Amino acid sequence: MTDTDTVEVAAATPDKPQPFAELGLKDDEYAEVREILGRRPTDGELAMYSVMWSEHCSYKSSKVHLRQFAENPPHSDAMLVGMGENAGVVDVGDGLAVTFKVESHNHPSYVEPYQGAATGVGGIVRDILTMGARPIAVMDSLRFGEAGAPDTKRLVSGVVAGVGGYGNCLGLPNIGGEVGFDPTYAGNPLVNALCVGVLPHERLQLARAEGAGNLVLLIGALTGRDGIGGASVLASATFETEGETKRPSVQVGDPFAEKILIECCLELFDRGLVAGIQDLGAAGLSCAFAETAAHGDGGMSVDLDLVPLREASMLPVEILMSESQERMLAIVAPESVDEALALCAKWGALATVVGRVTEGDRLVIKWHGETIVDVEPGSLADDGPVYHRPLARPDAEQDALTADSSAHLARPASGDELLQTLLRLVASPELCSRRWVTEQYDRYVIGGTVLAMPHDGGVVRLGDETTRGIALSLDGNGRFAKLDPYAGAQLNLAEAYRNVACTGARPLAISDCLNFGSPEDPAVMWQFAEATRGLAEGCRALGTPVTGGNVSFYNQTGATAINPTPVIGVLGVIEDVRRRVPSGFVAPGHKVVLLGETADELDGSAWAWVVHRHLGGRPPAVRLDAERALAGLLLDAADGALLSSAHDLSEGGLAQALVEACLIEGVGAQVDIGSEAFVELFSESAARALVATADDAAVLALAATHGVPARVIGETGGAVFSVADAFEIGLAELREPFEATLPALFG
Amino acid sequence: MPATTRVGVVTFPGSLDDRDAARAVRAAGAEAISLWHGDATLQGVDAVVLPGGFSYGDYLRAGAIARFSPVVAEIVAAANQGLPVLGICNGFQVLCEAGLLPGALIRNAGLHFVCRDQQLRVESTTSRWTSHYSRGTEVVIPVKHGEGRYVADAATIEQLERDGLVTFRYIGGNPNGALNDIAGIRNSAGNVVGLMPHPEHAIDGLTGPSVDGLAMFSSVIGDLVAA
Repeated sequence: MTDTDTVEVAAATPDKPQPFAELGLKDDEYAEVREILGRRPTDGELAMYSVMWSEHCSYKSSKVHLRQFAENPPHSDAMLVGMGENAGVVDVGDGLAVTFKVESHNHPSYVEPYQGAATGVGGIVRDILTMGARPIAVMDSLRFGEAGAPDTKRLVSGVVAGVGGYGNCLGLPNIGGEVGFDPTYAGNPLVNALCVGVLPHERLQLARAEGAGNLVLLIGALTGRDGIGGASVLASATFETEGETKRPSVQVGDPFAEKILIECCLELFDRGLVAGIQDLGAAGLSCAFAETAAHGDGGMSVDLDLVPLREASMLPVEILMSESQERMLAIVAPESVDEALALCAKWGALATVVGRVTEGDRLVIKWHGETIVDVEPGSLADDGPVYHRPLARPDAEQDALTADSSAHLARPASGDELLQTLLRLVASPELCSRRWVTEQYDRYVIGGTVLAMPHDGGVVRLGDETTRGIALSLDGNGRFAKLDPYAGAQLNLAEAYRNVACTGARPLAISDCLNFGSPEDPAVMWQFAEATRGLAEGCRALGTPVTGGNVSFYNQTGATAINPTPVIGVLGVIEDVRRRVPSGFVAPGHKVVLLGETADELDGSAWAWVVHRHLGGRPPAVRLDAERALAGLLLDAADGALLSSAHDLSEGGLAQALVEACLIEGVGAQVDIGSEAFVELFSESAARALVATADDAAVLALAATHGVPARVIGETGGAVFSVADAFEIGLAELREPFEATLPALFG
Repeated sequence: MPATTRVGVVTFPGSLDDRDAARAVRAAGAEAISLWHGDATLQGVDAVVLPGGFSYGDYLRAGAIARFSPVVAEIVAAANQGLPVLGICNGFQVLCEAGLLPGALIRNAGLHFVCRDQQLRVESTTSRWTSHYSRGTEVVIPVKHGEGRYVADAATIEQLERDGLVTFRYIGGNPNGALNDIAGIRNSAGNVVGLMPHPEHAIDGLTGPSVDGLAMFSSVIGDLVAA
């Protein structure tokens, strides 16, 4: 006699109370499950529906908005695989393709910073591997509460060590990213990780269980009790005060196991041994079985007793829900299975046949010989609920925010006041050197890194035999999005696009990670709708399609939502990495040229926030045509080898760009920006860049043909940074406050 | 004209910079031979590089498991017969664990992983791997490690210094708290060298901070060709 809740038992006991609410399903969703099955679900089925229909897995609140990215996308010849797969795939020429994606691991990183961040990297790397690609680099976008707040040190130290610990041990260079601080992230840090991989076109893999009779192979780590309910419990609800008790929901990472898994899977792909592959991430086996079965041409039969367990006493529901890391599910033809198993053994990766692809359209899971799950897999993977959540602009709050412009704030006027403002900004946690973070990341491994932090974008050569490379930038700005989510999303997009163009690479496509508060709050939903609309329209204007990404809702503590924070990763291609353009001044005697137009746009700026703790007004004007023209100019100038450096202007404006350009290689600059020095230095107008050149006449002429305003503002050289009629400061005096801040805060 | 020099590069599970080491070997003009940790053969190579990474995850102690692998047993035997062996980062840790070099590498004093372009001074050119440098030359080679703090008992340190066995020393800041700023050492025969910095990441100005690392590989290859 057994007390397993089989399909038979479920049919016979329709009135048994079930804990659907605790698992995160709403009343109507539970009723819908019963309707689909024609009976009550078994415990196993209930667990599967609860995770697969969770916000995290089903995108039920965001789906109606995300459709804009797929419908009417910008024209692109480069897209090989679009949204909907594990990651989008873009053609970069020479028979090579690149796949990249950014994903959040926010809630686990708050509960358990090291493991949350580490497994965030591990998860996105497996998504890239699943496409058939060799992962070649990672990036991270991090946001925390005020730098000096009590809990921030714990989170920063743990998250940075976790991102580094996992990526370093995996052998993936970390080539860039960003770190931000704002009180709205105090109880809800953002940990977004991006991975990029490269593959020959013919190695592209898809997550499908095709061909009745093919075997289902589980490869990698043992399945344990970690991460149970991670997707439904952690990622799909708001934190109240029970963070501590959710710790068992956080997975534990083993980067060594993942390194083995990567090498093993790549060799499986290269030898043509797999017919389909899916990584195990959120919702573990439930998701992998459901998605591969739903997207294949048949059904699937699984014997759960065969899954190798870390703890023998695990219940079937726990096995289905476990989010143990470093596992992959492969579909293998029977004649290939011996070779596949032998190959896994060579790498020391555990591999076990746990099921097979069947005729028909049912996903049937057995336990101790009894059927505990019998469902149509599409009902789990594709037919989840879709919500048109109510959305409403919070007029009173938003109007007050817009009306509260920065115009009334005291501005520095004298040269000394300008210098003190500059020093305050460069020493602020918001704008200071990120070296304390980036030194904890290996940027050299694999030997292809051409540019990494502190340059505007990361640039990686795609192999030893080619000069072809890719560039990536990952950017967000929650303050602009708070002021105007539509414009803010476009400004974020434009910044990442501009950063890629500054390196000399042509922007091709984007991946986005949309971090917002609770979708059950109409004001948050309005922010989300505005941001996605802005992003979709921005992508059309810039000609860069969205290849995929991730939505993270419920980023709030109590009633306070984070600043809406779309984080945008832009991928570009560079035909010859020897033509890459660094961000810092490299030689004396080069002319410094400012590209683009500067207006008095200081609302939402770093200056307003750092000096006055003020956030209000309207973000800088979005000028996507100007962004496109600027990018065209930067690419042509890079192709013509006209630029010795190029740095985008964004947070902190021209002042910050000049400081960074001087400090990277220790080459100073003397500039003359006229009488409106404050606005020139600190405005954050979009569509601008700072370049250095040995041939300013050629750059100005080229700028004219692209319709980009350009003017020479000075010259590089010396060990000082000076602004005519305002101030002069030695680079050593500038470097000290710039470098000291993060080590002083976080040790 | 001698046949092309063959330099073995070992891959353990968890090796990361093995392809980079092979690239450096090729850049210096030799053939790179891949050696698998589980095979008890060196395939007749003329020299061996133990690359960086996290062999076996480094979960017990860096290099502690790798030293027991079949290939390392072969390397120890051959090194004692004079085979040139270079251990980089994790490879240095393996050489210390295997007893080919004295001392140990422990967690960085700052407790963080450190990746930076590091200034070094070449202290000894009387080894198979450093003969193409000039003594006292200052070079820039990346470091990237969490457990790179070289320690040994006082007598060992004294002997290393007295006998000129310190091959590289950190200058312009010690990244990990190593005793006497030691970045790399050699055995007294001069055929075995271990160092924490990564010369294989300083062979091309496009992807590294300098080309200062290439001389390590050309030293041994030049010696072998000359022999």
